[in-house]
Order: sequence, then C-alpha cells, then structure tokens
Amino acid sequence: MTDVGAMYIGAGLAAIGIGLAALGVGNVFGSFLEGALRNPGAADGQQGRLFIGFAGAELLGLIAFVVAILILFVVKG
Amino acid sequence: MSAGAINPMEQFEVGKLIKFDLLGYDLSFTNSALFMFVVAGLLFVFMLGGMKRSLIPGKWQLMAEGAVGFIDSMVTNSIGKGGKKFAPYIFSLFFFILFANLVGILPLAVVPGLHTFAVTSHITVTAVLAFFSFGIVLFVGLFKHGFKFFGLFVPHGAPLWLMPVIIPVEFISFMVRPFSLGLRLFVAMTAGHILLEVFGSFAVQGLNAGATGSPIGFGVWIASMAMIIGVSALELLVCAIQAYVFALLTSLYLHDAVHLH
Repeated sequence: MTDVGAMYIGAGLAAIGIGLAALGVGNVFGSFLEGALRNPGAADGQQGRLFIGFAGAELLGLIAFVVAILILFVVKG
Repeated sequence: MSAGAINPMEQFEVGKLIKFDLLGYDLSFTNSALFMFVVAGLLFVFMLGGMKRSLIPGKWQLMAEGAVGFIDSMVTNSIGKGGKKFAPYIFSLFFFILFANLVGILPLAVVPGLHTFAVTSHITVTAVLAFFSFGIVLFVGLFKHGFKFFGLFVPHGAPLWLMPVIIPVEFISFMVRPFSLGLRLFVAMTAGHILLEVFGSFAVQGLNAGATGSPIGFGVWIASMAMIIGVSALELLVCAIQAYVFALLTSLYLHDAVHLH
C-alpha cells in the first residue's frame, strides 16, 4: 500500500466519527421531542438547553471532519 | 472544470483586490474584507430601515423589532439580572454571523465573475469573534469579582479531596471555550460549502457526460440537482442554527462571568 492510499484510508476512517455524531445529534433531538410531547408546556423553556446539547454533540462530529481534512490536505503523503 | 478533477477548496481562496503594504506587513484589501463590509452594510441598512419609530410599525420596523426582541429575550433568559447591557454585543454578533452565513450561500455565482465569499468559513474570522467573546467574559468576570472569579473552577458541593482532579478539568474546559466556539462555526460552514461544491461538480460532469452520449449522465445530473436543493435547504437551517448557538453560548459564558454559577 502506498502512503497516499494509506492517507485516504485514514481520512475515510476519520469520517466514521461524523456518523457517530449524527447518532448523538439524533439522540438529543429525539429525547427532547419525547419529553416535549409528554409535557408540552415545559418544552419552550428548555429550548436553550436543547441547543447546548446539540452544539456539544455536533462539535465532536465537526472535529472528526477537521481530522479528515487535516489528513487529506495538510499531511504530505 | 475538467472531468474528474473536483477542487472543493478553490472557493475559499482569499485574493487580494487592492494591494497594500505597510512597513513589511501585508494589509491588502481582500475579497474576505470586501464581503465583511458587504455584510456590515446589509446589517446597517436592515437596522436603518427599521428604526423609524413610527407608532404603527410597518413591515420593516416589525422585522427589526422582532429581531431586537428575540435577542433581548435570549439575553434575559440566559444571563438573567444585569444581562441587558450585553444585548448590543450579542445582537451584533448574532446578526453579523447570520448575515455572513446567508451572504455566503447566495447562489450569485450564476452571474459570471460574481462569486460570494463566505466570510465565516475562515477560522481567522470566527476565531477573532470567539476571542472577542472570551475576552469580554474574562474582562467582565475579573472586573466584577476580582480574584473571586477563579471560584468558577470550583463547583458547589464537590468534596474537598476531589479538588486536585476537578480544578484542572474545569480549567481546561474553560480554556477550550473560545476554540470550540470558533471551530464549530468555521467547520460547519466549510463542510456545507464543500458539500454544495461537490454536488455542483457532479451535476456539471453528469450533464457533460450525458451530452456526449453516456447513458447514465442525465440520471447523475438530475440526482445531483435534487441533492443540491436538499442540501441548500439544510444549509439555510445550519446558517441560522450556528449563529444562534454562537450567540447562545456567548451569553451563557457571560452568565458565568456575571453571576459565578
């Protein structure tokens, strides 16, 4: 296997993290909806916390994307 | 674009429009700076049209009042008492980022030579915004509470023997804040633009292949166009969410600085 090939495989492996972050983001919104449908009166007050959870889950996926980009464009194969 | 070669990073290139050198430092007027001026100008026009203060608000004034009210409620909810004085900063932050994101995905590239530049897809810009927020948090916290501001690293009710572990962890999570703020916005915008560029290239290449007799070329073209429409709708949502998250997290950090937990 050449170095360039290994680089592409590494970038592809880093992209797995983005899918895992998708699970996290879905979990955040799914759990929020589940709670919000049981008690719709309290849902509006928790929207800030919803987006904080979303931001935290999303950030880790974006970091996986940054790792993939670094492998592809910064590391010289 | 030639077949097979997709260069998704080309759209982020910063070019010099007016060359200017000052004492060996490169202070050229770039397309990034131009679009920052465009965004600031749009924001200025938006607010100027809405500040007529007529008794019966027109559509534009209603829009501006809604924008101000939205930021106002966010600031009062997340900072609480003493948060009103940060409302102008949060307002400028939110609307600068929102307008920059939206200007960045305007499909004006159909006019040859006119290519909108997404200012927020560069970490130099988002990091400066994040360091502004972090600097204000530090300044307000230290000015208001003095040395007691470092009590932020000590959570309430934690047992004393845990302190050697908790204080470094809290310190790291505090110091990482500006980086996570800037990185989130920059990467979200960059990823969206790369995605659009890749599907756009697929559409062009599919159309070319279909015109030269490839059987699946037109299929690729139609599928890519459908994806572009879907991704553009998603990007509009991401633009708004990222601006909201940036402003929300800044106001939460300001809450820590003002109230210490």
